[in-house]
Amino acid sequence: MAMLSFEKKYRVRGGTLIGGDLFDFWVGPFYVGFFGVLTAFFASIGTALIVYGAAIGGTWNLWQINIAPPDLSYGLALAPLKQGGLWQIITICATGAFVSWALREVEICRKLGIGLHVPVAFSFAIFAYVTLEVIRPFLLGAWGHGFPYGIISHLDWVSNVGYQYLHFHYNPAHMIAITLFFTCTLALAMHGGLVLSATNPAKGEAVKTAEHENSFFRDHIGYSIGTLGIHRLGLFLALGAVFFSAVCIVISGPFWTRGWPEWWNWWLDLPIWS
Amino acid sequence: MKNISATTLTASLLVTVIGILLVIPMMLQWERPPMDSTQLGFRGLGMEQITNPRLAEKVKAANPLPTPDDAVPNDGVLVKDDKENYKNVQVLGDLDTAQFVRLMNAISTWVAPQEGDNAGCAYCHNLENMASDELYTKVVARRMIQMTRAINTQHKSHVAQTGVTCYTCHRGQPVPANIWATNPGPKQAGGFAASRDGQNLAHQSVPAYASLPYDPFTTLLNTPAESIRVVATTALPGGTGAGVKATEKTYALMMHMSTGLGVNCTFCHNSRQFANWEQSRPQRVTAWHGIQMVRDVNATYIGSLTDVFPANRKGPEGDVYKANCATCHNGVNKPLYGFSMAKDYPELSVPNP
Repeated sequence: MAMLSFEKKYRVRGGTLIGGDLFDFWVGPFYVGFFGVLTAFFASIGTALIVYGAAIGGTWNLWQINIAPPDLSYGLALAPLKQGGLWQIITICATGAFVSWALREVEICRKLGIGLHVPVAFSFAIFAYVTLEVIRPFLLGAWGHGFPYGIISHLDWVSNVGYQYLHFHYNPAHMIAITLFFTCTLALAMHGGLVLSATNPAKGEAVKTAEHENSFFRDHIGYSIGTLGIHRLGLFLALGAVFFSAVCIVISGPFWTRGWPEWWNWWLDLPIWS
Repeated sequence: MKNISATTLTASLLVTVIGILLVIPMMLQWERPPMDSTQLGFRGLGMEQITNPRLAEKVKAANPLPTPDDAVPNDGVLVKDDKENYKNVQVLGDLDTAQFVRLMNAISTWVAPQEGDNAGCAYCHNLENMASDELYTKVVARRMIQMTRAINTQHKSHVAQTGVTCYTCHRGQPVPANIWATNPGPKQAGGFAASRDGQNLAHQSVPAYASLPYDPFTTLLNTPAESIRVVATTALPGGTGAGVKATEKTYALMMHMSTGLGVNCTFCHNSRQFANWEQSRPQRVTAWHGIQMVRDVNATYIGSLTDVFPANRKGPEGDVYKANCATCHNGVNKPLYGFSMAKDYPELSVPNP
């Protein structure tokens, strides 16, 4: 693949976590690395197993394909392939692929001598997945508590698990997560809008810079978080949202078995008035 | 500058202390693994019950199983034939006198076992004249025996072979613990605050402690009752359908059923389609019959005693206290964990004369 003249100097050797120079090369624009190979390995096996699961599942309807975890009776043991064993191996492959992908990001960061913000951010998403499929099932004592791999079936799981706590919107961590998700989109919309407004001035006018952006928000709400600050805020909001999503599901079951509205009785039970 | 620092310090200390004081009660109530779980449907669909074994122990302690009285041999004389000793026996006349006395003793321990002048037999009877109906409690008890028989014979689709006795609801108390009467809610201020529309009350009496209507029973557990179904039966909207208020009332009743039975929604429903019977668990059929039973019990039996009960035994709106799911279930999906008391008192499972 053709390379732009300046690209060569970004293709820095070294910085690998494992394997030394073994996979320290590029395929086209993509850095490979040991973890790139590992990602491809896990992803292809996992995908092949999903296709196999679909093939023996009785339907090729994309919406209805369902690869379910084992019955609760298997507990934390391995299950036969067709009774949830597939789900277990696919879960291992998925976790392996996600973690390898994050470590590949780490290697690239090390090559470039930049911070690890991107892999750290991605690891929050992996953490949320692992919470759902590994940590919470482990705490509840059966892999069968994980969600199934299927478009409709995993939605059924979400719905039924939500109704196990009668009204999931009363889950305090769910509340925080939703608030952070919405605030995140608000921040991104305002940031995107602001940058585009500065770079798209009226016809005949020069493109504006950060000074104008800051001035807009100072005029508007008396404060501008600044060009770097908005990205710190964005990352904080996004990671907080994902973190509290993981919290909201891991507390549902292992640390609370009743309806979520009942959790708020601590307020009614305060010694001040009870 | 120094003054500002002191104020800031005091303010932050105050906020911290208040924060800690709020967080402590918030944190004290969490549960912990290990939990028990039961699968209720196909694997992976979240059709399951997760229960805390430590809380289950508490529920069990609150639902002690009584020991049935020993069986006694018949005297060979029916109550209605012993006119000298038994007068004014309107419902239980077909009983052998030995079984009649055994049942009367049982009822006194089920309903009024406490010590004192007005306990035991005297809770319902004038001990000088047992036949007298002067105590309202005796009239109520007679109607309740008829109700128990109706439940055990006409509502087998709900109570099955297990049946009920007075104890199922009363649990050794003259007035069962879980009862309801029409609830007008707290007194409101005037003007715009004059009505809270029957909802948004922060109180432990509200079904599942949510913001839902606090009295779904008056409209849904009486006869004539409003329809409970609020989910559309067609894929696309074809009419006005149920309003938000009706929907929330149904939701409140369902929340009551959940907490009353100690189960979650998936005990009966597959939440992907609440209304669809094919996707629901068989328990939903039992629950449907239970709703019909409670409506019958409230309208035909308990409701018929409105003029019998004294004012202090009625709700704020003047209606009698009635039954809902929690009255019998008391937090357990099968009352008394499915223990059948009725089989030791077969006279409570025959049709009324």
